[in-house]
Amino acid sequence: MLNFLFTRLLSALIVMFGVMCMVFFLIHLVPGDPVDMMLGESARLADREAMRVALGLDQPLLVQLQQYFVNLTQFDLGTSLHSRRPISEMLLERLPATLELAIAALVVAVAIAFPLGVIAAIRKDTLWDRGAMSFSLIGMSIPNFWMGPVLILVFSLWLGWFPVSGRDGIGSLVLPAITLGTALAAVLSRMVRSTLLEVLNEDYIRTARAKGLSESSVVLKHGLRNALLPVITLLGLQLGVLLGGAVITETVFSWPGIGKLTIEAILKRDYPVVQACVLLISLAYVFVNVMTDLVYAWVDPRIRTGGKA
Amino acid sequence: MIRLGIPGLILSLWFLMAVTGPFLPLHPERIDLVNILTGPGLNEALGYDDLGRPVLDRLLLGASTSFFVAFWVVTISVVIGTFVGTFSAYIGGYVDQVVVRIIDIFLAFPGILLAIALSGIMGPGIENVVVALSIVGWVGFARLARAQTLSLKHREHVVAAVSLGTVQRKIIVRHLFPLISAPLIIEATFGIASVVIAEAGLSFLGLGVQPPDASWGSMIRDGARYMLVAPHMVLAPGIALMLVVLSVNLLGDRLRDWMDVKGRSVVKK
Repeated sequence: MLNFLFTRLLSALIVMFGVMCMVFFLIHLVPGDPVDMMLGESARLADREAMRVALGLDQPLLVQLQQYFVNLTQFDLGTSLHSRRPISEMLLERLPATLELAIAALVVAVAIAFPLGVIAAIRKDTLWDRGAMSFSLIGMSIPNFWMGPVLILVFSLWLGWFPVSGRDGIGSLVLPAITLGTALAAVLSRMVRSTLLEVLNEDYIRTARAKGLSESSVVLKHGLRNALLPVITLLGLQLGVLLGGAVITETVFSWPGIGKLTIEAILKRDYPVVQACVLLISLAYVFVNVMTDLVYAWVDPRIRTGGKA
Repeated sequence: MIRLGIPGLILSLWFLMAVTGPFLPLHPERIDLVNILTGPGLNEALGYDDLGRPVLDRLLLGASTSFFVAFWVVTISVVIGTFVGTFSAYIGGYVDQVVVRIIDIFLAFPGILLAIALSGIMGPGIENVVVALSIVGWVGFARLARAQTLSLKHREHVVAAVSLGTVQRKIIVRHLFPLISAPLIIEATFGIASVVIAEAGLSFLGLGVQPPDASWGSMIRDGARYMLVAPHMVLAPGIALMLVVLSVNLLGDRLRDWMDVKGRSVVKK
């Protein structure tokens, strides 16, 4: 187990290092001179030089990279070009909103996906199965920047049940969470269905049935529990999609999270803030994946001993 | 043979609109001030937008935007990804280890987030959308091609070719590509769906095509402001987008069953 833990953490560290380097080089992708892009062509020379020094762009590239890493170890992400505030402070301010939305979307996804997947699996090849899988296919095909406005139209403007946008109480969380959670629910329900179908073919399920256990106990206790592991892994992997989707969903609903901050920063050409947001979201994603792996290995001894997966 | 059905019909329409769009007598930029925000009617099947432009004409123009972005991004991604993945797995050793690390690093970014950041930094425009989405897109194909090659590299027919002294390039092109193509084609099909959504998403955020060009994504964004008075502005492009993506996904599923590739999970980017 220690060995497994060590190799997994090491490779995660390498990936995190790579992510940091890539985010650092993002700003150097700006066509031409980033300072020109930020200030416009008509800016005075003195202003440009001041901006260049402020961004550290007057230093050699390797010195910049080194300084960037030194700053990162001190949680110093630089200052916003626009508001002149420390970026770490801005991120901390926005983080709770994004976490709240992500967790709510996860709850929505699980609440839809499990019943749907289980019904589709135990009623395989019936109308139930086809209905559930069609629903899932449609869910995968609706982009959240369209679903959001349509939900607002129906439930906020026509019915007036929920606020149109913003973050004000539990009511305002409902529509964004449904928007963000639906795509995940769609992918997840397919996964629940296929793993449960596989598990239901196992010998121990036949044994459980032969013992005379009730069908619900066979499916839920013996089947679903064993189908849970691959589903948890998928959930970890899909969290990246969720975090990425949060950027768009937060914009649609004016939800004051990291995602909306990212878009605001892009539109204002506030590159240090863009870098910091991308870094935070990606590192969070890597972290979740490592945790998923470790939990998986802890729950299922076959993984860490290198046996049959 | 694979059943095309309604999804096939929808995709053919999409293709036709994209290819013939530039030659049709469309007026996506004609402004009709009297009809601003007018809903669908006899004169104009899908009504007018906030500037008094016909929504149907813009919808057709948007079809060609999404089609060409999807075509280029998927083509570039498949070529680069397959090339990198196959060679990396075939050569092995340090080269392969480095490639795997690079793939891991790219996969550590939520796909759409990296695309958003890249297009935000490179500036808006359709070419930059293609570049940004290709930078994100090749990774999946590289990983798949690599895994497939690894599993085939020690097969008898490859070993036989090696011992006959066949050159490496020929082994890869003649003995590996035909066998790894089925899963790659299926991945590419689902890739079309995610690129169409991603392009529309970037345009929705204002990072994709620039006015007066049309994209379904930017149409949804413009329409969202007038939703209460002119819901057709949001509904029309959204339904078009959903139908295309749904059709691609449906055909992808059928293609997978037909080619009998073992059920891999569909991961939306």
